[in-house]
Amino acid sequence: MTSRRTPKPATMGLMTAMFGAFVALTVSAQQSADIQNPHADVLSIGGSVTEIVVALGQQHRLKARDTTSTYPPDVTNLPDVGYMRALSPEGVLSVGPSLILSEEGAGPPEALDVIRAANVNFVEVPDAFTTEGILQKIEIVGDALGVPERADGLAAEIETAMAAALTDTDRPDSEKKRVLFVLSTQGGRINASGSGTAADALIRMAGGVNAVTEFEGYKQITDEAVGLAAPDVILTMDRGGDHGASDDELFAMPAIRLTPAAQTRSAIRMDGLLMLGFGPRTAEVIRSLNAALYGNGA
Amino acid sequence: MAAMTDVDVAPSDRQTRARQLHWALVGALLLACGASLQVGATDVTLTSLIAKLVQGQALSQMERVVLFDIRLPRLAMGVFVGAALAVSGAAMQGLFRNPLADPGIVGVGAGAGLGAILAIVLGTLLPAWVIDMTGNQLTPFAAFLGGWGSTILLYRVSTRHGRTSVATMLLAGIALGALAGALSGILVYIADDRQLRDLTFWGLGSLAGASWGKVLAAGPMIALAIGTALMLGRGLNGLALGEATAAHIGIDVQRMKSIAILSVAGATGAAVAVSGGIGFIGIVVPHLLRLASGPDHRTLLLNSALLGATLLILADVIARVVIAPAELPIGIVTAVLGAPIFLWILLKRRGLVE
Repeated sequence: MTSRRTPKPATMGLMTAMFGAFVALTVSAQQSADIQNPHADVLSIGGSVTEIVVALGQQHRLKARDTTSTYPPDVTNLPDVGYMRALSPEGVLSVGPSLILSEEGAGPPEALDVIRAANVNFVEVPDAFTTEGILQKIEIVGDALGVPERADGLAAEIETAMAAALTDTDRPDSEKKRVLFVLSTQGGRINASGSGTAADALIRMAGGVNAVTEFEGYKQITDEAVGLAAPDVILTMDRGGDHGASDDELFAMPAIRLTPAAQTRSAIRMDGLLMLGFGPRTAEVIRSLNAALYGNGA
Repeated sequence: MAAMTDVDVAPSDRQTRARQLHWALVGALLLACGASLQVGATDVTLTSLIAKLVQGQALSQMERVVLFDIRLPRLAMGVFVGAALAVSGAAMQGLFRNPLADPGIVGVGAGAGLGAILAIVLGTLLPAWVIDMTGNQLTPFAAFLGGWGSTILLYRVSTRHGRTSVATMLLAGIALGALAGALSGILVYIADDRQLRDLTFWGLGSLAGASWGKVLAAGPMIALAIGTALMLGRGLNGLALGEATAAHIGIDVQRMKSIAILSVAGATGAAVAVSGGIGFIGIVVPHLLRLASGPDHRTLLLNSALLGATLLILADVIARVVIAPAELPIGIVTAVLGAPIFLWILLKRRGLVE
């Protein structure tokens, strides 16, 4: 605890000093954390939880991750225990975690029962698509990792960034563009986001209007409903497979051809985890989505 | 008893082979069980545990959990489920006198699927006390009720004046399957993102959710149903000659059909409920055995149980080792291995279904 104030090698100019301080701080925090908290081996489940662990400077404690944890790219070198809803109890235990941090909804329940029976701490991190939701995630992860001060610091930083981003991206309702979030276009059918989803929250935060709010969650909608929704912009995830229809394919689809978005050929693609995993990068993505929607020549 | 010799058309060397095969399969099953306890994602092995026990050392908590709470229940469930699917397949192929029959033909799969989907999608609407009481077991319970219920319904539909028409059952099974599929489709539309993923994983089947609770719930039911089905050998042999002939040689055909259908519904219903949809075991295993030792049901049924259990356990070992620490749904493994083998058999032995 007292080792946090290590002497700074501040003799070689400002840059070196800052770098040195950073290293010293990281190292001492690492040591003190390891002493305070027995949970040296962490399994992180859920992309946004993993991002928070890394943002708290605790990447060295990560022993494994789940399939959805893909950022920062380094973490993909860690062993992957599979999809969070279909965990294998022995697979999870084989990575030797002393603490499991998991986004809400990991399963199956039988697997979790067995994991708890093996005396592994299991902390569930609730998911909510608001600034408060992100701050709460950070607080829970910070407490579980035994680095509450760092968590407070990060939370304060993110609270400020989010507030600033939300102020800057806000605009009068009459100017707001209608955004259709398309999850997939498999088989020519549009699977779009209704209300209550991460995509819906992000669109509103970035100063847009979700074009479809008649239902909750992600559902296939008919071609006519897409026409009725009249989106000005189509928002999709930029990964391969059935999600990655090209602009030409997208705008040639009968459902989309007649929308305002097709006439202006407005489609925005962003990384799925970046958009939908509410975490440390959300303020940044709100700004970039806003910029993509309204301007800066885009 | 003179009738027996008429039914027993199998040459005696085939019978000898079937008996030898029987012991070989027992050996294979024991080896598979050993392998299943030996390997997994963790480096806990059966041999090191035995060494520790012999030396009188205590097991670590990790070792105890991996062996007794993960691998053993999983092994037990694999044995029950594999045997249930294979015996049901053999019994259905005998009863329908159709090499393509499998337990799905009596609507178990479609009914169980509908039950599972109902539980996954609408389970949260149940009163709180029901949810508390059933806990994690709501989906398997609903799947069992769905599978069992649809089979009983099918049986009632095809039985007129105390006589069950196998042809009606086959056709009604298709209709009922389509209806269950349509109802499932409606529920899939209502389902949210997470429920859809749960459904997908349920449909692919897995032994990963094995627990002693599930083994104790499904095991006795499956054991009883398999035990009953094993006694049908002589009757199914008679039925191979046609229903009328079977009746003339002293087989109570109607009683046998009822027993066969009820035991298949029990065994498969319970198996699908605890492990989800696992394909190919029910259809491939009896065919492999018929090629090896002939169509005599008196040995075929028991050997199917042994080989079904062995193959499912081995498939499970593959499922949990290839992409460790994650694991594949076992239905993928059985289909990837089973489908090419089945095709190969068909090409090699064209006489099989003709």
